[in-house]
Amino acid sequence: MEEKPKAKINLNRVAMPHQDPKARAKNYSEVALGYTDAMALEEASRCIQCPKRPCVGGCPVNVDIPEFIKAVRDNDMVEAVRVLKSKNALPAVCGRVCPQETQCEQVCTLAKKQAPIAIGRLERYVADWDLGHQDKRSPTVLPPPTGKKVAVIGSGPAGLTCAADLAKFGHKVTVYEALHTAGGVLMYGIPEFRLPKKIVQSEVDYVKSLGVDVQLDSVMGKLATVDELLESGYDAVFLGTGAGLPMFLDIPGENLNGVYSANEYLTRTNLMKAYLFPEYDTPIKIGKRVAVIGGGNVAMDSARCALRLGADVVYIVYRRSRTEMPARHEEVENAEEEGIVFKMLTNPKQILGDDKGWVKAMECYEMELGEPDASGRRRPIVKQGSEFTMDVDVVVIALGTTPNPLIASTTKGLDTTKRGTVVADEQSGKTVKDRVWAGGDVVTGAATVISAMGAGKRAAASIDAFLKGQ
Amino acid sequence: MYKILSKEKLTPVIDCLKVEAPAIAKKARAGQFVIIRIDEVGERVPLTLADWDAAAGTITLVAMEIGASTCKLGGLQTGGSILNLVGPLGLPSEIEKFGTVVCVGGGVGIAPVHPIARSLRQAGNKVISIIGARNKDLLFWEDKMRLVSDELIVTTDDGSYARKGLVTEPLKEILEREKVARVVAIGPAIMMKFCSLTTKPFNVPTVVSLNSIMVDGTGMCGCCRLSVGGQTRFACVDGPEFDGHQVDWDIVFDRQKVYLKEEKEALDRWKECQCQKS
Repeated sequence: MEEKPKAKINLNRVAMPHQDPKARAKNYSEVALGYTDAMALEEASRCIQCPKRPCVGGCPVNVDIPEFIKAVRDNDMVEAVRVLKSKNALPAVCGRVCPQETQCEQVCTLAKKQAPIAIGRLERYVADWDLGHQDKRSPTVLPPPTGKKVAVIGSGPAGLTCAADLAKFGHKVTVYEALHTAGGVLMYGIPEFRLPKKIVQSEVDYVKSLGVDVQLDSVMGKLATVDELLESGYDAVFLGTGAGLPMFLDIPGENLNGVYSANEYLTRTNLMKAYLFPEYDTPIKIGKRVAVIGGGNVAMDSARCALRLGADVVYIVYRRSRTEMPARHEEVENAEEEGIVFKMLTNPKQILGDDKGWVKAMECYEMELGEPDASGRRRPIVKQGSEFTMDVDVVVIALGTTPNPLIASTTKGLDTTKRGTVVADEQSGKTVKDRVWAGGDVVTGAATVISAMGAGKRAAASIDAFLKGQ
Repeated sequence: MYKILSKEKLTPVIDCLKVEAPAIAKKARAGQFVIIRIDEVGERVPLTLADWDAAAGTITLVAMEIGASTCKLGGLQTGGSILNLVGPLGLPSEIEKFGTVVCVGGGVGIAPVHPIARSLRQAGNKVISIIGARNKDLLFWEDKMRLVSDELIVTTDDGSYARKGLVTEPLKEILEREKVARVVAIGPAIMMKFCSLTTKPFNVPTVVSLNSIMVDGTGMCGCCRLSVGGQTRFACVDGPEFDGHQVDWDIVFDRQKVYLKEEKEALDRWKECQCQKS
């Protein structure tokens, strides 16, 4: 049936149901509860199926968004899953942690009316339906094996996506992961309440179901170098090692007991399950008054973990103002609702310790904003004589991360930048080294899950073209 | 799963495990370490390699039963397994012909000193080793150390065996007696600090191996950070060996104590579980 050309456009975006802020600040269950069938149908029906499909171009992996939404509206969930997964190997992850507001939803035709389709929420709905209806999955039909072998280093979003696509092209793929669990930042970094680990595990299992072999406990560069992999029979290598090295402030007191990098804080909490100590063996210091330094998603995650671990007060200390915060708006809102205290335009000068070497306070400057800097954001400037002291007993530093040099330092012929990132072609992910590709945070520096996935996907296509041309 | 091919007690509280790990054994070099996670609820524990056999595909780990994890490790038996084992991590020891090298091993630190002494001897150095422990019951591998040393001195703090006293005393005597090109000291942090203080007036380069608290062991968390020559360094990727004269020891001591309370809680809980079992 033809749609009426002037059908009334529904501008009421269906809200995502959330756990009550008071309750959720004390548990690790997922904060966003997901759409019900009725909510998904209502939201999917708002999509006007415009012919320009700007959302597809806004997605780093070019999911056919209008098609999967149409399938949801038509209640054809098997088709919705098929469309979604044909482009995105990790939809349950992306539906939860992608910054849709700056990607597909930002360019949605209805965004002009401040009511973009909630693409991320619908994506999550479809992916969760799939996880709950695995019996209805049509088995992925793989092409006959090409006989080519590819080593993928790192099992984060870039590596998993690259591996899945290469497997779908018929190549034999081995993924090497340094930690004892596959998933990279999805496992060690993003907390359970934002991305349940069983969801990540299901996505990893799906990639494995494509015939991908995942080798855990394998620190490449140490256990074997890239050259050794190439000599041992791999036809190509993809580096998806991420940006795992924490940055510190380089201020006095940073080595005091009770000062954590966000990486350590989150790894102990999420990967090692320190929130279940002593049932789990890994401990974490539970601060009463915790300061998290930084304004990104990792800072929000750390602050919300601190709250759940049992802190009385948790501060976000950020040197610019609310407007410049790089964290997703939704996460800032969630953090605020849960009671995180935002200390904006504040920058630490030093961390003060007691006589036993423990953090007892943090001295900060007040800041003001000057002219825009290279990032386009207004530069924070110290207000002279504005020092003040905050009583805190745990400090978490969430200032960003840089790539781990382990691979670059053990691989001859790779080009790296001053920031430690590996140089690779933006489109293909090809590095200057023969038969070696790279993508994700190791190339761009710390960025998003979906951009890493996009890079993994493009590299897989380029590797496939290379292998088939051989 | 990594199979335990043999397990023996070197002393009542020090365990030696030979574990099947062919890929690690092939790459291992003196001074490097591995990280183990015993079971699903386990923490990640760094252990410096005590030995390895590339041909047999095995590595040897030695650990002292101090906390819950090392006690759990001590409870494992031949035929059992360790859930996760990753390595070889860290930078290998610098091995070249220096001349005369003194290798000092204190307590459980005797284990990692052994392969370093062996490699240094193979590189043509004259190796004088000093091994020490609090008492006779904590001493092990005297025979193995003798095999890789030109001279071996054994001490116990309480005099229950061999020479009474601390390892720093014979160390000082050797430095006064002959020209020493390098000292390698591995053991409790306090011992490494005092070995470094002993060699300082003689201006002899002194290498210490820091077994800091770690999580990932690949440079990701920064838990093992320390200050060396005024710069923040990570024991896992920049070490574990550092210039003992440059290490800020106070930070090392403080950071070792971060989880004292939790470690005690875990150990008490482990002991309680053992009592309930028996």
